[in-house]
This record gives sequence, structure tokens and C-alpha cells, in this order.
Amino acid sequence: MSIRIITPGLSTTVQDLGRPGYYHIGIPLSGAMDMLAAQSANLLVGNPEGAALLEVVFMGPEVEFQRDATVAVTGAELPPKINGEERPTWTSFAVKKGDVLSFAFLKKGARAYVAISGGIDVPVVLGSRSTYTLGALGGFEGRKLAAGDVLPLGEAGNIREGRTVPEALRRSPGSPAELRILTGIYWHRITEASGRQFLADTWKVAPEADRIGYRFRGGKPLDFVTREPPFGAGSDPSNIVDACYPYGSIQVPSGTEPIVLHRDAVSGGGYFMVGAVISADMDLIGQLQPHMPARFEAVTMEQALLARNDRSRLIDRIRQALA
Amino acid sequence: MAKHLLSPLPGTFYRKPSPDAPFYKDVGDTVAQGDVIGLIEVMKSFNEVRAEQAGTITAFLADDEEPVMAGQPLVELG
Repeated sequence: MSIRIITPGLSTTVQDLGRPGYYHIGIPLSGAMDMLAAQSANLLVGNPEGAALLEVVFMGPEVEFQRDATVAVTGAELPPKINGEERPTWTSFAVKKGDVLSFAFLKKGARAYVAISGGIDVPVVLGSRSTYTLGALGGFEGRKLAAGDVLPLGEAGNIREGRTVPEALRRSPGSPAELRILTGIYWHRITEASGRQFLADTWKVAPEADRIGYRFRGGKPLDFVTREPPFGAGSDPSNIVDACYPYGSIQVPSGTEPIVLHRDAVSGGGYFMVGAVISADMDLIGQLQPHMPARFEAVTMEQALLARNDRSRLIDRIRQALA
Repeated sequence: MAKHLLSPLPGTFYRKPSPDAPFYKDVGDTVAQGDVIGLIEVMKSFNEVRAEQAGTITAFLADDEEPVMAGQPLVELG
């Protein structure tokens, strides 16, 4: 029992909630960039929240079902169609064996999550079914999907069509997107005025932004405090002695274009980081299209932890709404 | 009614294959279904935009190097 990929879209991958625990040896978290949307999609079709699903970026695939199933599409507003007939997003619907799922043009957001009852039953690698394409690890053969791929499905429970995540429980970035950050241990490397400017500027998502890192441009280049490079650091003022890169950290190579490291990021290197996007706002980054405006807002650790609690409560409310 | 060729992706639209190459197509050119009319740059890749219908180009509705949204009209066909 499976699905067959007719056309793959731009970059469709199998993802779940990721592969934490190996970042210290260079294997990134991977998993859905918008976790809330992925969990919602699974709950809509009656799957465990961590079941493997499809992450679809900007352009939808065409998929043929080789058995009956319940399907839900969440995250980006990428309207699904069954045999050419449109279906709602954030709502579960039934498909029959032989049906073809396709998509209309993207209306809003960047990544849609396609959950299928039973989940996608690719092998578990290091505790996860997520695809890490750079490392050719996990997912379907460690790569993005291609035409002709046949993906096995797990055993499905009861049909759960017609269930919806209430609109109040769907989270998406505003315009400009407000990304809350904690400034970090290298903040002192830039001047006070430059730090204020960084937080005041409106940046734009660069077209290169992907699962590894979200690059932004359009703000003023950073001014560094002059120094003698410490032993082991490169000569560029943005260089540091190699250090760990946390998930969500914001590096600014040569002080020009901030890059927020995301689910498929490298785990260390020699660029200074101004800080890190708080965990509660990482989902929002996954929904940013190229050229969209974004701002960074500094918050305290206490505010970051409150935001993390708010996000946990939101997941609880989604669970209750779909129980 | 004018027909439009739409962008399949959000990103940056390019009308030529490389900076010093000529445009793929110009106003007045005919396009056949499947002809490349430009590129969309997104996620470190350049994706060809192919005409989904045939016709004669009467206008470009997006400029070279212009940011575009998915579903945005790029070309008007007469």
C-alpha cells in the first residue's frame, strides 16, 4: 500500500519531528520546518504527531494513491485538489485508490505539510524518518522525491475526514515577520549603534533561503568593534575561534547578510552569531517566502520561555480541538 | 481575452539564461507550448519557466531580475 509520485514539485521531502541527539557529531535535527503545521496535519488524519509526512515547498507535487486514505494539507496556503477538484486546507478529506492529488498555485506561506493516514513508512534512521538531503540520510533514499518514486504507507486507523483546525489555532508570520531573538555571547563584537540598527532594520528573505539556513538581506552592514583576531580565528572581523552553532543561531558572515540556521544546518564553524531566534518562532521562518520583509526583535530569556510555554499551550489546544 | 503565462514559483525572475546572454524571448516573438520564457531563482536553484500555452508575446508583465510571487502573470500572449 503506497503512494506514487507523478511529478515531484520543487523540493518535496519526507519529514517528521526530526532527529535530535546527534547535532554534536554534525548530524542536524532535520524534520519539519513548521512543526506546528506538521503536527496539526498528522492529528487531522488520526496519525501520531510524529508520523512521517510530505513537506512541500512553494510548488506542489502530483501524487497517486494506491489505496483509500485520509489526507490533510496544513501550513502554507497551497490549495490541494483531488482529481482536479479543490479541497480545503487544514481540513481532513477522504481519497480513494487511484485518486490523484495535485495543487493550485501557492497563495500564502512557503511550506505545506501533507499528512496521509498511516504515515509514510520509510525506514527509521537514527530514530527518525526525516530526510537530510546534504547527508543523503533518512527519508526516501536520503533525497528529495522524484517522478516515479513509490512510497510505502503505514497501516491506517479509522477514517477521519471533515475535521478542521480552527483558524484561531493556525499560526503564520505577519508582514513584516517579527522574529524574536536572544542576543548572544558575541553581541559585544558589534558596536552599540550597530546592534540598535540591526534590530531596527527591516530585512528581506533572500531567494537562497532553504532548510539549512534562512538568509536575509537589505539591512545595514554591521560595524564591528576593532580587535586583534584571537589565535585560531580568521582575519575577517566576523570570524571567531570555531564554535558550536545552535539551532536558530544568526550568523552574519562579513557583517552583511544574517543567516538563521534551521533544521538541516551545520553544527559548528567560525562565524560570529548575533544571537538566536527563540524556539517558539522557528516555525514562522519555515513559512517565509523569498523577498518577504522580516524584523528581529530582542527579548529576554524570561520572555523567550513564556513564548515557548504559549506555543506548547497552542499545541495542546489543537490536540483538544481534534481529540 | 489576453492569455497569461504565470510564474509557478515565488523567487526572482530572470529573462535570460546568464547575465551576458540575450533574452529568451522578446515582445513579438511566438512561443510554442513548452518553450522556456525565463528562469525563477529560489533555494539556490534556477528553475526554467516553460510556456503552458502557445501564442505571440504582446507584453512582459515582470521585468528581468524582478521579485515575483507564485501565480503572478509574467507574460501576456496575444
